[in-house]
Amino acid sequence: MLETPVLSVKDLVVRYGEACPKCAESLEKNRCSVCGCVWAANNLSLEVYPGEVLGIVGESGSGKTTLMRTLYFDIAPTAGSAVLHDYKDASQSIWEASTAEQRMIKNNIMGMVYQNPVMGLRMNYSAASNIAEKIIAAGSRNAAQMTARATELLEAVEILTSRMSEAPKNFSGGMQQRVQISKALANNPSLLLLDEVTTGLDLSVQAKVLDLIRKIKAQYGISILLVSHDLAVIRMLADRTIVMLDGKIVESGLTDQILEDPQHAYTQQLVHSLI
Amino acid sequence: MNNNYNFAFLDEGSKREIRRCTLKAVAIPGYQVPFGSRELPIGRGWGTGGIQLTLSLIGPNDVLKVIDQGSDESVNAVNIKKFVGLCTDVETTNNTTEATLIQTRHRIPEIPLKDGQILVFQVPIPEPLRIVEAREEVTKKMHAEKDYAPLWLQLYESLVKYQKVTIASEYPCMVEDRYMTNPSPIPKFDNPKLHNAECLYLFGAGREKKIYAIPPHTKVVSLAFDDVPFERESFAGKTCRLCKSNNTYLDEMFDAQTGEKVYQCSDTSYCKEVAAHA
Repeated sequence: MLETPVLSVKDLVVRYGEACPKCAESLEKNRCSVCGCVWAANNLSLEVYPGEVLGIVGESGSGKTTLMRTLYFDIAPTAGSAVLHDYKDASQSIWEASTAEQRMIKNNIMGMVYQNPVMGLRMNYSAASNIAEKIIAAGSRNAAQMTARATELLEAVEILTSRMSEAPKNFSGGMQQRVQISKALANNPSLLLLDEVTTGLDLSVQAKVLDLIRKIKAQYGISILLVSHDLAVIRMLADRTIVMLDGKIVESGLTDQILEDPQHAYTQQLVHSLI
Repeated sequence: MNNNYNFAFLDEGSKREIRRCTLKAVAIPGYQVPFGSRELPIGRGWGTGGIQLTLSLIGPNDVLKVIDQGSDESVNAVNIKKFVGLCTDVETTNNTTEATLIQTRHRIPEIPLKDGQILVFQVPIPEPLRIVEAREEVTKKMHAEKDYAPLWLQLYESLVKYQKVTIASEYPCMVEDRYMTNPSPIPKFDNPKLHNAECLYLFGAGREKKIYAIPPHTKVVSLAFDDVPFERESFAGKTCRLCKSNNTYLDEMFDAQTGEKVYQCSDTSYCKEVAAHA
């Protein structure tokens, strides 16, 4: 692709614990057998292009969520850089930004949907306030505009606006995910991070959420980074896919290519076990 | 005067340290300055912050007034006056205009204060962000980064749930476009009196060990959305049963004999003065 990427991550390393000199040769999966530190992300590089959905698959503990949470500033990276086209024209890594700038990036450029809605929502605040939180953080001080935007977004995710003053703690899991999605969309971000958004939901609710994501992609043209360990979800939504194992990218390419003709042994195992 | 103690109870070193913190607070309006809160013969949480400010600032020529929820004669006000009187021998008064130093709990007097007067507030919770964030470390960062979005969210939530702002006291206000400040638990009726005032407002929280200030002629804006303006409590159609005032903050009372609700000025000295001239 010749377009400028929306997001470009280079050589990302996220390590939990202090490293030792023997880490490089003592890694068992992604854990150093000498010092015990975990290399959750080990030299990850990827690019997300405008309007595309980049799927990330991999087993539990492969570093998918660590990658997403590092991009959303929840976890500090050990090394590496990430540039966003919408932040200083990709001239500075987002991880070098000041706290205030990071907040601006989180609120204006990116939207995040966590696997666990508790992490992404204020469960005791109303659904409308959850959406307004993003709008307020972006600087708006007009209550009527916030309410109008919350109404629009809740309608878009098919939540009855008569329930907008209710707290998400009273909602079902699928509804909570949909509130999270509308919150993430509040300021028209250019990049949406979706971390296992359908995990734990029953099949009919999963289908609703997936339809919604497809609709968002078509309607808003947002670039999406989609983490899932469900290959059916990846097949349905992702244009390109990367496969992660033990903190590393072991294979990447067009989704059809990955699913129809997997090259790496782990990908072959993954594809054959699930399809 | 009880000569067993230093003038104004605290030793001179302690008073100087508190005054230095007060000066810093005046220099940075709305900023909470930590100070070494001293032990006093009353428990923390009973106005020790205000008392320490009063004791560190009072001089032999000052005239002291102490009010508690607007009243000059409540137990708290009387005891503080008695205590400060015992260790300073300064003149005390109920008259707002005569006083040079006024210590208050939960009210600002109705008569506008003048240049040269100091109003000392007793503050239980100095941190305006405490209702949205329990960790001191985090609230400090939020102040440093001027990140007050959670307070706005609190305000919005109240609009969503009740179609109006339901904060009645401790209504947060932005001081000099920089620091969000808790004006102590004064009713929001009193918030506008903080803006561009002629007097010096000092806030002392003894238990929380913080001092902050709103110096004279400082811009103080109560939190409000562009399309939902700040509103004070309305006492429309109600008047004080004693002085007939209709522009003051009124306490609601129950008359057991008639079974009716009656209203009375919360500021007792103002009420008496108006009634005397009626």
